Order: sequence, then C-alpha cells, then structure tokens
Amino acid sequence: MSEHSSVAAAEHPAVLQHQFDDLEQQMDASTLGMWVFLLTEIMFFGGLFAAYTVYRAAFPEAFAAGSLHLDLKLGGFNTVVLIASSLTMALAVRAAQLGQRKNLVAFLAATLGLGLVFLVVKVFEYHHKYVERLIPGPNFVFEGPHAAQVQMMFCFYFAMTGMHALHMVVGVGLLVYFIAKARAGRYTAQYYWPVEVMGLYWHFVDIVWMFLFPLLYLIGHRGAH
Amino acid sequence: MTDFPLFPEKASTIAQSVDTLYWLLVAISAFFAVLIFALIFFFAIRYRRRRPDEIPRPILGSLRLELFWSITPGLIAIAVFVYGTVVYFRNAAPPPDAMEMYVVGKQWMWKIQHPEGHREINELHVPVGRAVKLTMTTEDVIHSFYIPAFRVKMDVVPGRYTTMWFQPTKPGKYHLFCAEYCGTQHSGMKGWVYVMEPVDYENWLSGKATTESMAAAGERLFQKLGCQSCHRADAPGRGPVLAGLFGSTVLLATGEKVVADETYLRESILRPQAKIVAGYRTQMPTFEGQVTEEQLLQLIAYIKSLGPKERIDTAP
Amino acid sequence: MSTVWTAPPAKTETNYLNESYGIKSWLLTKDHKRIALLYLAAITFFFAIGGFFAVLIRLELITPAGDLMQPETYNKAFTMHGVMMIFFFLIPAVPAVLGNFLVPLMIGARDLAFPRINLLSWYIYMIGGLFALYAMVAGGVDTGWTFYTPYSSTYSNTQVMATAIGIFILGFSSILTGLNFIVTIHKMRAPGLTWFRLPLFIWAHYATSVIQILGTPVVAIAIVLVGLERAFHIGIFDPKLGGDPILFQHLFWFYSHPAVYIMILPSMGVISELVTCFSRKKIFGYGFVAMSSVAIAVLGFLVWGHHMFVSGQSVYAGMVFSILSYLVAIPSAIKVFNWTATLYRGSISYQTPLLYALGFIGLFTIGGLTGLFLANLGVDVHLHDTYFVVAHFHYIMVGGAIMGYLGGIHFWWPKISGRMYPEGWARFSALVLFVGFNLTFFPQFVLGYLGMPRRYHAYPEEFQVLNVLSSAGASILAVGYLIPMIYLVWSMRYGKPAPANPWGATGLEWQTPSPPPSYNFEETPVVTEEPYVYSHEEAEVV
Repeated sequence: MSEHSSVAAAEHPAVLQHQFDDLEQQMDASTLGMWVFLLTEIMFFGGLFAAYTVYRAAFPEAFAAGSLHLDLKLGGFNTVVLIASSLTMALAVRAAQLGQRKNLVAFLAATLGLGLVFLVVKVFEYHHKYVERLIPGPNFVFEGPHAAQVQMMFCFYFAMTGMHALHMVVGVGLLVYFIAKARAGRYTAQYYWPVEVMGLYWHFVDIVWMFLFPLLYLIGHRGAH
Repeated sequence: MTDFPLFPEKASTIAQSVDTLYWLLVAISAFFAVLIFALIFFFAIRYRRRRPDEIPRPILGSLRLELFWSITPGLIAIAVFVYGTVVYFRNAAPPPDAMEMYVVGKQWMWKIQHPEGHREINELHVPVGRAVKLTMTTEDVIHSFYIPAFRVKMDVVPGRYTTMWFQPTKPGKYHLFCAEYCGTQHSGMKGWVYVMEPVDYENWLSGKATTESMAAAGERLFQKLGCQSCHRADAPGRGPVLAGLFGSTVLLATGEKVVADETYLRESILRPQAKIVAGYRTQMPTFEGQVTEEQLLQLIAYIKSLGPKERIDTAP
Repeated sequence: MSTVWTAPPAKTETNYLNESYGIKSWLLTKDHKRIALLYLAAITFFFAIGGFFAVLIRLELITPAGDLMQPETYNKAFTMHGVMMIFFFLIPAVPAVLGNFLVPLMIGARDLAFPRINLLSWYIYMIGGLFALYAMVAGGVDTGWTFYTPYSSTYSNTQVMATAIGIFILGFSSILTGLNFIVTIHKMRAPGLTWFRLPLFIWAHYATSVIQILGTPVVAIAIVLVGLERAFHIGIFDPKLGGDPILFQHLFWFYSHPAVYIMILPSMGVISELVTCFSRKKIFGYGFVAMSSVAIAVLGFLVWGHHMFVSGQSVYAGMVFSILSYLVAIPSAIKVFNWTATLYRGSISYQTPLLYALGFIGLFTIGGLTGLFLANLGVDVHLHDTYFVVAHFHYIMVGGAIMGYLGGIHFWWPKISGRMYPEGWARFSALVLFVGFNLTFFPQFVLGYLGMPRRYHAYPEEFQVLNVLSSAGASILAVGYLIPMIYLVWSMRYGKPAPANPWGATGLEWQTPSPPPSYNFEETPVVTEEPYVYSHEEAEVV
C-alpha cells in the first residue's frame, strides 16, 4: 500500500501538501475531515429539525394547513431531480476512480445541471409564495384559522429549505471548480479522492432534502380532501 | 453599613429544610477542599526538589485508589442528589388548603392580587403560619419571583402559569426580588413581603378600601363578555358547563384527556381551537388581546369558584 | 505587536519567527505556530476589552445605589463583559493559542491537517470580532450573554442583531479549529505514537474538539432563530403567537453548558503537563485522566437542563438533569485526585507554571464543589441566578481556565518566543492573581447565599461590605493580569535566550529547538514509550 502511494506521490509532487507524509495520509485526512464536517452539519440541521418538531407537535393543524399551500408537484419533481443528481455524482466518483477524464467531466456536468434545475424550481416556488403573500413578515396573509401558527410553519419552511438551498449553492460552486480542474486533467486514478470527498458533501445535502420533503410537503392529509 | 449579615433570614417552613441541606453541602465541600489543599501543601513541601538532578522513582497508578476516589465521590454525589430531590419535591407541591394569590409581572413591577380583591404593587402582605400559593404570569418578558428569606424562587414565563408556595414562620419585612434579568430596570423590580400576625393581616385587609373579590370581578367580566350565552350554568349550551370544571379531567375531541388546570383554562380562553372538548364544535371566538393578564386571572378565579357539580363532559 | 516580531532575534539559525518578515508574511501564513500567535494577539485584545467592562462593573457595585452609570449602561457593561470574555476569549484561549501551537508539535507532525482552514478560522474569528466591536461602538447590547427570549427577540432595543451575527460567525471559527484538531490527532501522529502514548494535553483537546463540532452548530441555529424572530416577528419565541420562549433556553444551553467544558478541558490538559514536568513524575492513573476528559465531554451534552430548574420545566426533567449533573462530579474528582497523587513522592520544583497549576487545582476544586450546590434541586431554587452562581463559574472559568491558560503560556513561552520570562516577577504575579482572585470572588458566594440576584445595578445596603471586598479584590486581580502582560512582552526582546528544553520536560515539542523551525522537526520523530517517562527506573506499585 505504501509502495503504491509513494509511486503516486512521485507522479503528483504538486498535489501532496507539505504537512503530509504521503498521498494516502492526505486522502485519509481529507475524507475524515469531510465526515467530521458533516457531523457538524447534522447537528446544525438537527437543531432546526428539533425546533420544527416542537412546534409541529404543538400546532399539528396549522402545520398541516400550511403544508397544503406547498406545491407537491414541484417538490416531488425536485426530489426526483436530487436523487438523479446523487446517481450522477456517484457515477462521477466512479469515473474518477477509473481515471476516465471525459466521463468524469460529463457526470460532474450532469450533476451540476441537475443541481441548477433544483435551484431554479426552488426560485419558482419561492416566487409563488411571494405572490400568494405567504412570506412571513408584515405582508403575510393567510385566510383561515391559525394564521399566526401557519406563518410560523412558513417561517420553518423558508429557514429549512433556505439553509438547504444555501448548501446547494455552495455545492454548485464546488462543482464548477471541480469541472474546471477535471477538464485540466487534475484528477487521475491515483488522485481521484477529492471528487469522492466532494461527493460525500453532495450526497449529504441530498439526504437533508429527503427529510425536508416529507416533513414539509407531505403532512397535509391531501388524500382526505 | 451598620447592618452586615452573613446569613440570610429564615422565615418560612421551606427555609429550614433548604438551610440544613445547604450546610451539609458546605460541610462536604469544606472537607474535600481542606483535604485537597492540605495534601497539596504537604506534598509540595515534603517532596520539594532538593538536588537539581533528583529523579524520583516512578509510581504506577493504582486501580484500587482510582476506584476508591471515583466511587466515594460518586456515592456522596448520589446521596446529596437524593436528599436534595426529596427536599425539592416536598417543597414543590403546595398543601391543598393554601391561600391562593395571583402575581402578574411586568417590566418592571410586580402586581399582586389577593382573592378578596385587594391589589398591591411591589408589596405582598401575608399572614404568618398560613400556606400561600402564588399563581404567576407576566405581560412581557421572563421574570423570576424570588424571596430569599423564604428560599423560594420561580421563573414567571409569558404565556403560561407557574406556581410556587411558602408558609411564613416569622413576622417581619423581607426582600422580594426579580431574579431573572428582564431589561433596563431589572434591579429596580423589587419590593417587600410583609409577614403579619393573623390579626394584623385581618386589620390590614379590612382597612383597605373593600373591592369586590377576584371571583366576583371575574363573574362580572364573564357576563360582560357574553360568555354565559354559551357556557350556561345549568345545562350544556353551545359550550360546556363550567361548574366543577377546574381540576377535573376533560376528554378532548382528539381522544386525549387533559386536566383542566390554570394553563388549560387560559389557553381555552385565548385560543379556543387549540383543545376542543369532545362533542363540541369550534365556535368560540378568540379572546386574545381582549382581556388583560389580570382579567384572565379573574376569569379563572371565577371558574375555580364555581362549586363542584354533577358534570357532563359531552354534549347531549 | 508586529514590530516586536519583525525584529530579528539574535540567533542565527532560522526558525518560524525569523524565517520571513513583514506584515504580509504573518497575515498570509499557514504555519500553525504563527497562526497561534495571531490568535494570541487577538484574544489578548478582546480580553482587555472584557476586562475593561469588568472594571466598570466592579466600580459601579462599590456603592449600593446605581450612581456611577445609568442602568442601561450597566446592563450593557455586564453583557459586553460576558460576550467578550466567553465567546472571544475563554472559548478560543487555550485551544486556539496553545492548542494550535502545540498539537502538531506534540504529536510529531509538520502542521495541522488543514493549514489553510486553520488560517481561515482566524479570519472568521476576526470578522466575528468586528461585528461584536461594531455592536459595542454602535451602542452596545443589553441582553446578557445568554440572550434569553423574548427579551432578546422582541423587547431589547439594542444591537442584538450585530452581536448575534458576530457570535454566529465566530462559531464557525471554533468548529473549524475543532475539525482540524480531530483530523490531525487521528491521522497525523508520529510513528509509534499510539492513542495511549498521547500526552494528556492532546486527549483534552480531542475531547474539546468533539464538543466544538457537535455543540457549536446548535447554538448557531438558536441564534439564527432569534435573528429571524427579531427581523420578521414570526412568534417562534413569542407566546402571544404560540411560540415558546423556553425552547430558546434549551437550544442555548445545549451548547452553552458543553461550552463551559470547551473552556475548562484544555486547561485541564495543560495542568496534566505542568504537574508531571515539575514533579518529574509520570502522571498517576494516565488512563483515568485521559478517559475522564472524554467522559466530561460526553456527560456535558446531557446536563443542560440544570440551568433551568426554576424555569417551570417539569420537576421530573429537573430530577434527571440533576442526577446527570452529579455524574460530572466523578470524572472531575478523578482528575483532581490524580493530579494530587502525581505530586506524591515527586521532585517538586516551584517554578511559575507549577504555581499556576497548584492554583488551578485548588480553585477548580472549590469551583467544582460549589457546583454540587447548584446541581442540587433543593438548594438551587434558592441559589439560582444569584451571586453564588457568578462566584461558582468564575472559580471554574477564571480560577480554572485562565489559571491553566497562564500556566501554559509561561510553560511554553520559551518554546513560543525562544526567550525565558523573568522568574521572580512571574512568581510574584501568580501570587497576586491567586490572592486577588479569591478576594474578588469568595465574598460573592456569601452574597449569593444572602440572596443578592445577579445582574443587579443597584442593591440593598446590607450587601455593601461584601461588594466592597469584591471590588477591592478585583483591583488586585487587575494588577495580577497587567504584570505578566508587561514582562512577557519585555522578555520577547530582553529575556534570556531559551534552550530547547529549559524544564527538562518529556514530550516531543521539547525535542526541537526553541523557537521551532517552520517545519517543526528536522526529521519525523519516532515514539517508543509512554508519555512522562522521567525515570527509567522500574515503577513502584502502590
């Protein structure tokens, strides 16, 4: 194993950072660093989910009523888009491992495209809420019972999906960077793992959405109507 | 500067139990602190470096010692935990015959109402030897009702009722503080508790201009707001009968059961849709913003005053 | 500061200090040792601000009447004191300065795993600091460092937003430091340096890092919610709209109680190093001391509710939080007893760092024991939110964390600066600090028992004598802080040049020159034995 990595280091003297002994150590450190970062992220979203849970338990009707005003079709579409993007991301990692530069660029680009589709749809959804005056604040209007609590539900909707969208934006930025580097031939079968570490982040952001979608969109007893 | 106490006054039944516990903890702490300080001083002097090249013989740790000094403090900790929790639980529940008084905190004053209707600001008059239960809320931020001489303290939280109780044992004048930081004049939100001989208390009560009792004020308000058109006294109307409601268990439309305490009554007045009694519909309008905290307490005092009656929990 | 550092030291060999010069070489450095010094300068600055507000508080409290300043000013003073001292000084103090400098050196690495992220964390810290400074200049904030809702979210008219943004940003600096340490300790240890050969300083920092990465994001989200509530008034914490003001306290203390351990654990790590070195003994019960750090970190996450015994939470919740809080007493007791036992049959030399270490053990013992009062449901009802609490946590944070920090600064100063500090002055100031500290804070225990609530601008007259004692002690304490600041700066230029290992200590950081070269070690060291081996004589079994 160490032989293998010293060969890799010889091939890529530029990518080995001075504090590491060899590329293997650098890979281990980067991967662990991302996992630790994701732990932090879990706690970050966890705090938000905890607050959401407290208020949803306190005002189930209001949260259900608010949920009915979310666009199930767009939300569902976005869910499919993100699942697809996780697939293309996994394929990109695979391509990187095999050193297939063309495929790597193509799959990263596909992931980027899907991520952008998600964000564009999200912008449309936010715009709808703006038109329907469902943005919390002085302009919030909700006909029906529990207006104040419905506003709170929308506050959580925007806080949670907004935080998620912010992570998507960061992910899109990273993808652009990785595509540029991949085109320049930076990643090889030995030095593939930056793509993998990036992939961890991307999958995490997807998984957060897998929790957000049912918690926000699917609580409105639509079947009963 | 003449007055320089080192021990607080002890003026309630709770104070004695808290102090006993406190001094036990002081004794335990003093023992361990002296032990550690003595050991450090002794070792530091006894084993001071005598030659610059002195190298002491290493000592491996000792499992027996480790166990000894983790289990012993552990046992002591659990013992004082049990003792403290017993004291706390004993002091948490008011005796059933306690006099009820009502407190509303506000930046930066305490408003207190006696059941007879007397109102005080930043003063609380109570008779010695009687248990007093305070039901408290606030109009704005969190405050904390604190009487050091009684060793009692409870946060006063907006949107809900908290309670505390005490039984004064010594006539006198005692500090009342707000203990939870509440803004600019936090340190000005203080007053006095006057503990009086029962006779003096009666005199004080009768010397005040007699106002109507809280329950009577609540009844007047009940009628003024038109509550009785639905909550009829004799038979269920569009709303449930309120007589005997307080303290009983209510079956909700969701199938849940709740105890009708102050917080439940409060919520049902301010947000009637939140908990609907089984068999009724959501017709009652909200009274959020239409009644003050003090009026709410009067309404609750009125509902409490309605004698226990044969209760029907569901509509006919 | 920078002018001092740019002056070339007398030594001819290159080290991390003289390798390059100029502001830019410092502001763009990726060397963990230089970043540690950037942090040292920054936290000293914020400590001075926090100290200034402490002086205002003690001056006001000399007299019972609120006569020195307006109540609002006083409230801002204690809030800024808390915010500056806790978020900008105590939390980063030991990890960001000593930890940054020493973690790679102690494990035989060339740098932290992510040097750029390390520099980034300093910039994030500074940006957070700018927001807090802006809030201070633009009128201050008066919510107390705890930001309790609904006062902070609805009622306060001060710079809550700017301060909250500052703390939010600052949190990421803490997270990134913790992340860097965890990865470095896992992946970059020198050959032969197994987990149970690690210095206890490293164990303490590992436990601290875990708290930093798991706790900090939760307070970040609590701050976001307060910000949203302030900006849009949605009612998350406003009961009139169905919100729950107590929820904030849960989220806040979920971080802020473990945060206390972020402040104290690294100092405990320092103490383990000092006690062993100045008694030339192996630490008594290495495994227990190491694991007690981990135990404190884990238990720290389960005790937040003991700040809320009188908040109206259920009495049963109070019971659970009380017993869990008592469990923290066990690992704390293990540490104190093991440090004391390490002195037994040692060869004890009263150098300044040891004086700080002994001061730490004594004051932390008192701080910890008074924690037994506050974890106790029966007594806490009376003591909660009084000066007893203030005294208790100052014993832990000032008597504990700062004593450990100063002890560590003195111990590693020769390594950091390449110069010795003046021993006589240093011993004198350690003594002044110990006396001043006790005079300041011991009377506050009595004040709390008497019932004086904290955060009071004016107070009843019978509390005056104790308050005057406390203020008098504070003036001594202030002198005790000023003396080291002066002689440490002085020693950077005029101190005796330090040898590589002035204390005869074990530990990899002493095997490289003082100050170390940029790459830390000429060649990667290989570790063959446990830490703190001062003698190869066969160990005695007790």
